[in-house]
Amino acid sequence: MPVSKSVGARIKRREDPRLIQGLAHYVDDIKLPNLLHVAILRSPYAHARINGINTDAAQNLSGVKSVVTGDDVKDVIGGIPCAATDPEGFPGIKVPHHPVLATGKVRFVGEPVAAVAATDAYIAQDALDLIEVDYEPLDAINSAEAAFADGAPVIHEDWDDNMAFTWSIAGGDVDAAFAEADHVVSQRIDHQRLVPNPMETRGVVAQYLPGKDQLNLWSSTQIPHLLRTQISVMLSMAENHVRVIAPEVGGGFGCKLNVYAEEALLGHMAKYLGQPVKWIEGRRENFLHTIHGRDQTGDVELAVKDDGTILGLNYTVTADVGAYYQLLTPAIPTLTGLMLCGSYTFKNVQMNLKAAFTNKMATDAYRGAGRPEATYLIERMIDVVAHDLDLDPLAVRRKNFIGKDAFPYETGTALAYDSGDYTAALDKALKIADYEALREQQAELREEGRYLGIGFSTYVEICGMGPSAAMPAGGWESSTVRVDPTGKVTVLTGVSPHGQGQETTFAQLIADGLGVDIDDIRIIHGDTDAVQYGIGTFGSRATAVGGTAMVHAMGKVKDKVVDIAAHLLESNPQDIVIEDGKYCVQGAPESGLTLGEIAMVAHVGVELPEGTEPGLAESHFFEPPNFTYPFGTHIAVVEVDADTGEVEIERYIAVDDCGNIINPLIVEGQVHGGIAQGVGQALYEEAIYDESGQMITGSFMDYALPKAHNFPRFELANTVTPSPVNPMGVKGVGEAGTIGSTPAIANAVIDALKPFGVRHIDLPLRPEKLWKLMQET
Amino acid sequence: MTPFDYHAPKTLRSAMRLVQAFGDDAKVLAGGHSLIPSMKLRLAAPSVVIDLSGVAGLKRVTAGNETISIGALATHYAVESHRLLPSKCSLLPETAAEIGDAQVRNRGTVGGSIAHADPAADWPATMLALDAQFDIAGPDGERAVAASDFFVDLFITDLQPGEILTQIRIAVPAECSGGAYVKMRQSASGFALAGVAAQVTLDDAGNCASVAVGVTGVAPAAYRAHAVEDALVGQGIDAVADAAAHATDGVEEFQEDHHASGDYRAHLARVFTQRALSQAIDRAA
Repeated sequence: MPVSKSVGARIKRREDPRLIQGLAHYVDDIKLPNLLHVAILRSPYAHARINGINTDAAQNLSGVKSVVTGDDVKDVIGGIPCAATDPEGFPGIKVPHHPVLATGKVRFVGEPVAAVAATDAYIAQDALDLIEVDYEPLDAINSAEAAFADGAPVIHEDWDDNMAFTWSIAGGDVDAAFAEADHVVSQRIDHQRLVPNPMETRGVVAQYLPGKDQLNLWSSTQIPHLLRTQISVMLSMAENHVRVIAPEVGGGFGCKLNVYAEEALLGHMAKYLGQPVKWIEGRRENFLHTIHGRDQTGDVELAVKDDGTILGLNYTVTADVGAYYQLLTPAIPTLTGLMLCGSYTFKNVQMNLKAAFTNKMATDAYRGAGRPEATYLIERMIDVVAHDLDLDPLAVRRKNFIGKDAFPYETGTALAYDSGDYTAALDKALKIADYEALREQQAELREEGRYLGIGFSTYVEICGMGPSAAMPAGGWESSTVRVDPTGKVTVLTGVSPHGQGQETTFAQLIADGLGVDIDDIRIIHGDTDAVQYGIGTFGSRATAVGGTAMVHAMGKVKDKVVDIAAHLLESNPQDIVIEDGKYCVQGAPESGLTLGEIAMVAHVGVELPEGTEPGLAESHFFEPPNFTYPFGTHIAVVEVDADTGEVEIERYIAVDDCGNIINPLIVEGQVHGGIAQGVGQALYEEAIYDESGQMITGSFMDYALPKAHNFPRFELANTVTPSPVNPMGVKGVGEAGTIGSTPAIANAVIDALKPFGVRHIDLPLRPEKLWKLMQET
Repeated sequence: MTPFDYHAPKTLRSAMRLVQAFGDDAKVLAGGHSLIPSMKLRLAAPSVVIDLSGVAGLKRVTAGNETISIGALATHYAVESHRLLPSKCSLLPETAAEIGDAQVRNRGTVGGSIAHADPAADWPATMLALDAQFDIAGPDGERAVAASDFFVDLFITDLQPGEILTQIRIAVPAECSGGAYVKMRQSASGFALAGVAAQVTLDDAGNCASVAVGVTGVAPAAYRAHAVEDALVGQGIDAVADAAAHATDGVEEFQEDHHASGDYRAHLARVFTQRALSQAIDRAA
């Protein structure tokens, strides 16, 4: 990278003025002539046969244009796709047909049963009440345990049980590790089901242009191109006649890395009705029918020596994946398996997973997607080892850390960690925390009957997803960089930012690389007719992979710009530099040319070096050679109220290493939100279905998100260990905070309760749970 | 949406006429924080909505030398931010500040909350502890009901069909009085898993001349913890812990859900009774 002014600067996000002034255009802001509004009738039962549907009364309601049921669309809309069903990876996997509207049976509360299109949204909603569905309720399954129980009702009757798939991974020699161990430390650990809850719910607008046989589909999605491909298959349309636009998208956290029933259904309805249609998901619908995260319960065993050296790990786990697969459902727990070794040297590792169909919404990628489970598990178990062997949890961590000289480091699960210095991050965090003083304070407070806890998480995670060979549907990314005749720069990126700030960070990279003002740069994304095919934004990949594609495309443009400049200045390309925003021979900026002047020459096309094509636009498709592996240390300091069990977070220190930093302000923002979301899992959040399969936490009155007043001011810092995987040396930071914070908080709370003999508590750490544990001793 | 007729009377008299004319078909709208969500969820579908927000005179909060008057349509924020209340009766603004968030407090009304009688609402505890009088307009004229007679059961109050709560009156506490409201928020909604309001007046010796304790979130309706009060009258701060142990005496049925068991709510009631009384005595001294 050239010496830069913009990269590394705390530049405010260029996206924010429109967002905070209400000038952004989300799906619901799209108004089209003759727009019809769609409402979805959803199953009130977790498990029931549909013996008949009578839509007559709804059809006859004034303003209703159409009512469609599963029988109407089953032959014209294909099943909802899942990209991770390879039986070689998932032995014995059952892949049930997943219709956009239920036929014959409903399998979870919220499953779409019928759709109404009407002249306004209220009429559409009213019409739902007039649809008569003859349900025959069946017993519901609300846990993996219940799914595997003898005599359990079978959810998908093409098979005779509810086993969805199995998966396993093994590295090293686990049996030998356990034979050699002085201790086997075991614990059952639950990763509760969570609801992603982006600020903007999902929404779709579809418009069919018969003259062009073109379907325009606006959707609040993270993956416009992948969605286009899947929609074209589901609707049997030519892919180049489908245009998907992700307009402003108000957050996703992975839940919009998917293909949903409503997207295909509205595409179909727009074409069939000859009128554009809109559906905006309500919050309660979002709780029921946008993917959930986590939901694994497993038994962990660690083989440990007396001195705390970990020799091996064995994890036997069940996942409750819900009633159907969404796009990546089976793939998520595989990421758990890959990351089980964490930042530690043991290589003998094994995970055996059984996944169950249950009468719930599908699980899929939610911020961290499989890695939080691994990190929580290993970071929690480090503390359990320390507890059982009466060792300092920090000493156990240091004893087992992968040393900074060991990189690139091959893990027991055959990952190649790119770079790291785990001790440096830990030491820096300890210094900020003033750790010794904290322990003294803890001891003093305990004398007063007050319970302070200090918890660590020394995490490592996977970003920059990813090499195509490791991904279900392509892991590369694309970019086009073009310079307009007037010198303005337009970037087309295949990633689809929805809160991550790439309109700013990408512009910073271009500003420095091409020597242009950041205000002269525009980043275009999320429109499949405007942008070359791209994979999208998820897995903390946008900058590490998409940014790299852009940097390479920019490099091609710059090479041409320099060639033209050298030609015009009668110099050699290797002598051209950028000074004061001008391409010039070194030391002579007064005779230099601006990018605009060179772009105009490229456009006019008469003064170009011989053999040079006119125009200034280049593309690049980047295939990353590896993932990136950010890491860090989070320290939580909490106080648990002995009388009530309430947890107060006193301090939160996070030292994250995401490689080189393009914009510290944006990195901090990602870490802030990430920490809050991970703390949500630790203390508050839990999606609960009751025995009949009803979701009893289906609104913000009952599902607790963390709130600003729950947090102290975060104390953030970084170490910088550049990644060798891409030329910028960046790693990614979208999920680090979430992955790092859950175990830090859990370990802190459990540390606080150490005087009560507490060894482990499952999440979320509700006050009542803690109070009861304190009562028992 | 189920269609409904909307009326926005300007005077209490015309509001009363509308309420009496439409009877059970009508719902009265104050700040809209309970009724509107219910309508959106189709749990309530009144054919007539009578919006009181334009009725003159129902929003006023006044703090006189002897009496504090809170119009039923006064927002929580109006109480929270009132200039004179911190010195005249700090329990009122302290309770207001514990409700929901800033948006809710700017829109939701004191009277709406009281008339709705959510078992986990904050105001009922404080109104009980302050011995508030509720002025109610009805077909047969006005009547006043003490807070202790008003909260009957889950969402059920002493309000009769055709009646409107118009004003809350509270006697300005005597010299050497103090109050406190302590609650645990249900982590999602912010409502009280348990909330305890205490108001005490001390005698010259520093003992409690009067004690009033209101408890919300714990039972189907907010209640006065008389056993606590009886145990503490004539006693000083040393007696608070023993008195607080009686916080749920006489409660036959506890609220219970996935947020908190009945046992835990009862425990919280005792803990917060102790904390609220200790703070109240501290402030009174």
